[in-house]
Amino acid sequence: MDLITITFYFLATLTIVFSGIVVFSKNIMHSAFALLFTLFGVAGLYVLLSADFLAITQLMLYIGGILVLIIFGVVLTSRITGIDVRAGSLGKIQLFAAVIITVVIAASLIWMFKSTKWYMAEMKEVNSTVRQIGNELLTNYLLAFEAASMLLLLAIVGAALIARKKH
Amino acid sequence: MHIGLVHYLVVSALLFSMGLFAIISRKHAILVLMGIELVLNAANINFIAFAKYGGMNIEGHVAAIFVIILAATEAAIALAIILNIYQHFRHVNVDEVDDLKE
Repeated sequence: MDLITITFYFLATLTIVFSGIVVFSKNIMHSAFALLFTLFGVAGLYVLLSADFLAITQLMLYIGGILVLIIFGVVLTSRITGIDVRAGSLGKIQLFAAVIITVVIAASLIWMFKSTKWYMAEMKEVNSTVRQIGNELLTNYLLAFEAASMLLLLAIVGAALIARKKH
Repeated sequence: MHIGLVHYLVVSALLFSMGLFAIISRKHAILVLMGIELVLNAANINFIAFAKYGGMNIEGHVAAIFVIILAATEAAIALAIILNIYQHFRHVNVDEVDDLKE
């Protein structure tokens, strides 16, 4: 076992276990804080995959932005004690169907991933990816980049408009 | 055992299933939103794993960046809608929010 292997298994376990807590916890505040560790684990996996820029982006956007937004949503919309977050009026049947669908999809995905012969390029020495990403974004992906900035602007205005108090 | 592409793909498959389970079985709207975030993260792990093992192809990273941008906008808009639902119904259970107006 070298260091990479140990780190990978640590991060993978962290990610999966805490995503389980996100999904199965009865208290939604616990779910929100477990989501923090899941996102940290994913950021660590990005580092192992030598995606330095993406790991930092993950930390800044997901943990600094989306997670804070979600926690705000939780405290603004729940009476903190005793909310039941499980399946609704159909109860047991819905839960049963959900478990079956999930297990079937997970099993078939893993079977497909394991049985496919993936194309493998030879490993290259990687430096920082920031310069390459910047070059791509401002040449081949310029239109998508501008569309994304337009989308962000519209999202800011739209969210402010929707969440405003009505008179 | 050497860590390869398949290890990352299996992690992302498990993460995807967790998110899918949250989306189809929980009734609290914010938990459904968290499930969507888990699914998007699983997709990102796949993008970056394929980018690395396909010869450090930077286009996978660019796709992941766009996914993160879309996740951020989607979270902002969804939470604005959820706040509105809460002001109207005093709860955010997605299976009881079934009329468009009073």
